[in-house]
Amino acid sequence: MSAELLDSLQAIFPEIMVLILIGLVLLFDALWTEEQRRNLGWLTFGGILLIMAATLAVVHPTQQGTLYWGRMVSLDWTGLLFKMLILFGAAITVLLGMDVENLGKKGEFYTLMLVSVIGMMLMASAYDLVMLFLAIETTSIPLYILAGFMHGDDKSTESGFKYLFFGALTSAIMLYGFSILFGIVGSTNLYDLSMAMQFKNMSPALLLGTFLLILVGFSFKISVVPLHFWAPDVYEGAPTPVAGYLSTASKAAGFAVLMRVVYTLYSQVGFNWALLISVIAVFSMTLGNFLALTQKNIKRLLAYSSIAHAGYILIGFVAVSQLGITSIVFYLGAYLLTNLAAFGAVTIFSRIVGSDEISAYAGLSRRAPVLAFAMLVSFLSLAGMPPLGGFVAKIWVFAAALKEGILWLVVIGVLNSIVGLYYYLRVLNVIYHHRSDTENQPLPISTPNAIALIVLSIGIVLVGVFFAPFFNWSVLAASGWF
Amino acid sequence: MQFPIISFIVFTPAAAAAIIFMLPGERKTEIRVTALAAAAFALILSLWLYFSYNIASGGYQFKEQYNWLPSMGISYFVGIDGLSAPLVLLTGIVMLTGVLISWKLDDRPREFFAFLFILATGVFGVFVSLDLFMLFFFYEIAVFPMYLLIGIWGSKETREYAAMKLTLYLFIGSVVSLVGALAMYFQADATLGKLTFNMLELEKAGFSVSFQQLWFPFVFMGFAVLGGIFPFHNWSPDGHVAAPTAVSMFHAGVLMKLGAFAALRVGVMLLPEGAKAHMWWIILLALVNVVYGAFIASVQKDFKYVIGFSSVSHMGLVMLGFATLNKDGMMGAGLQMFSHGVMTALFFAVVGMVYDQAHTREIPKLGGFAQKMPWAMVCFVIAGLVSMGMPGFSGFIAEFPIFMGAWQASSWIAIIAAVSIVVTASYIIRVIRNVFFGTMPAEMASHIHDISTLDKVALVSLSIFLVGIGIYPSLMVPMVESGVQNILRLLGGA
Repeated sequence: MSAELLDSLQAIFPEIMVLILIGLVLLFDALWTEEQRRNLGWLTFGGILLIMAATLAVVHPTQQGTLYWGRMVSLDWTGLLFKMLILFGAAITVLLGMDVENLGKKGEFYTLMLVSVIGMMLMASAYDLVMLFLAIETTSIPLYILAGFMHGDDKSTESGFKYLFFGALTSAIMLYGFSILFGIVGSTNLYDLSMAMQFKNMSPALLLGTFLLILVGFSFKISVVPLHFWAPDVYEGAPTPVAGYLSTASKAAGFAVLMRVVYTLYSQVGFNWALLISVIAVFSMTLGNFLALTQKNIKRLLAYSSIAHAGYILIGFVAVSQLGITSIVFYLGAYLLTNLAAFGAVTIFSRIVGSDEISAYAGLSRRAPVLAFAMLVSFLSLAGMPPLGGFVAKIWVFAAALKEGILWLVVIGVLNSIVGLYYYLRVLNVIYHHRSDTENQPLPISTPNAIALIVLSIGIVLVGVFFAPFFNWSVLAASGWF
Repeated sequence: MQFPIISFIVFTPAAAAAIIFMLPGERKTEIRVTALAAAAFALILSLWLYFSYNIASGGYQFKEQYNWLPSMGISYFVGIDGLSAPLVLLTGIVMLTGVLISWKLDDRPREFFAFLFILATGVFGVFVSLDLFMLFFFYEIAVFPMYLLIGIWGSKETREYAAMKLTLYLFIGSVVSLVGALAMYFQADATLGKLTFNMLELEKAGFSVSFQQLWFPFVFMGFAVLGGIFPFHNWSPDGHVAAPTAVSMFHAGVLMKLGAFAALRVGVMLLPEGAKAHMWWIILLALVNVVYGAFIASVQKDFKYVIGFSSVSHMGLVMLGFATLNKDGMMGAGLQMFSHGVMTALFFAVVGMVYDQAHTREIPKLGGFAQKMPWAMVCFVIAGLVSMGMPGFSGFIAEFPIFMGAWQASSWIAIIAAVSIVVTASYIIRVIRNVFFGTMPAEMASHIHDISTLDKVALVSLSIFLVGIGIYPSLMVPMVESGVQNILRLLGGA
């Protein structure tokens, strides 16, 4: 094989490996009996870990990034780091899903997860609008099915349909934006597009139009105002591990795309999109936090909190600086660990207790101290308390904006994090301070779930205390920009 | 390399918390013994640290610095000076006595001691931080466990409300300060030419006067919330009342000092020009604390609220001392932090002992406790005398310079503040008379008995410090003086 081909393969190495893993999963799905199929989870989990290790060993991006496959795919640090986040998120989700009824023993669950992983990884490295659209659809279609996976359950069906409906609609609008760009420039490559936008005199109004259309699709992916409203319904109905996956890995992939497209294409245009995004950030934070205040269902609460967190991340986004990108990547990493832990704990709880109501969590700290502690760690990290990952992440996001002099946005972010603390404390209040009649009943945690929770909890503390390596990786992701 | 004594002090409670968490919950004796051993170890190290501080050479000593995130100028950087050394010692004392007082606690002692020790690590960490990032890091660690400690083990009626109120107040304070700190961080990038959170470097950053005047109120007030400054004080008495005894001791004894200390270290020391410009209204607020706190304390019927508001009043004296920005005032404030910390811990310990047996804190329903628990009475009286600023006790050593400093700032400040001495004397004497003397209600007399030996050990050790400093002020005064010299240098000899 020629060196050039090897390099090209490097660019899509993890995707190829996941494809092989899908083949294995399908093979064993056919070979194994119903009882053995739970092991598909271990197979997928182990496979993903191997892929992560192999990718880190094999793939070596350059600082500025290189384009491969007809300039469709970029091989750079940003993409690679996001791929690692996505793979990690998927691995944990698999562990959490293994013991969920009607989910863990079905090969389709693992297959669909892995297909969406391929889509997300391509999203993170796509450098061409067509590639990007295909990647987004490859991600979305399996996720629609996964959200509606519990076909006996009305809420899950509703969730799947809602997700499909709004997903398809926003995709179409985004595609319309893409096609206008293609129409005026004659290329779908991001580099060509950005050159054309910089040097050809294009009407700002037209560019603003395309920006808005594209933003619709991206806002849906990262669930920010005004395209946030699907999140609570979809999270509530979807199988809990899938909801966790949607709120973390899928969101991370969405941010990867948002950064790549907006920073590449629109950094030199004649309208102030940063202000628009700032407004979106303000509304997402405020709406997400205030609506979370009144929620009684923990999955809906986490959905609104995830809307608010997308808003915080946008604060780093509008800084448009290296520190901004660093803070986004760091935040997404910390948030991925944290939110997966929160959804993981909810998965374990609802599997045994059968309820997602916050009031059902009363007495949990006496009933299952370890599970309660994991929730304490994850909720405090969401609230931004040290020594947990969420604290450091928030500081960098605020710092990035403050460095660029966007004080007003930071002030709103800070005020919002106070509101956030209140409702996270409300949940902890129920867990730690309330008593219940059932507090002496045991609450067994299965092995894969325990592994997931322990890994995540340790990860949250690790990112919060020994943050230097994580920060330096995030710097690496930001190094190719600006 | 010298022995990293400060790190040992900071992480001993955290390590103990981790060990305690791993013990099975029903092995309560082992849990308590582990907690006691860790607290004793931390206190011994604090004493050693305190007495090996070289006052003659002054400045920051026992410094340790390790890279944390060098590219952003964050390091683990600790050291103590004449102001923080007494506070580290104070934390050690309160920690040990808090464990002794909580020995009988039977509802989930594992979690209780673990959370209490996480809090202690945070407190130690703030007092020794020389890095601004690290200071915030530990500050939040010190604040949050209060939420669980009050919420789970507090008194039933108000604990959820008080815990939530306290946590939100303090969180709001800290994020306000945090924004100010980040502003300093980036401003220093412009003047120093590098990003750093190192406070010794930030001191030399040469911030412009307008910058200092703009940010000082945010940074100072954000921290001062935890110091209980008026009008942001009322989380504090509610918190005291709802908290279990050991937590009240920590809360009033140590945590409130954390606020005053951080306000001084970050607000006054890094933004001295801002301090000079804004101090006049901080003096006024502190004055309100002092006088208003004392009056409110004197009309309370709840034993614990009396002490809670007396803390507000005494913390006002600390702030007042700092706000004078002169040598006497600040020395008094530094001493008052230690003196009040020990004194109020003692107060709350006794209140807890009375309440545990009487099951009421209403002063009119109590009486005659002196016969049943004479040790508690004697120690309470000692703390009362400290509180009134009686010569021979640490309170006098601390409060007298504060009034001297206030007089130098303006005579009427000292005159108004002095009203509080009279009021304090009146409510302390009233409490002593009503609770410890008189006759005990018949229904109580049957089941009230003397306090345990461990309780006596705790009370006596606290009293020793109060009397010791009072009789032999040289134990602490020169130390605090050396710390204050450093601040005066930053203020440009003002």
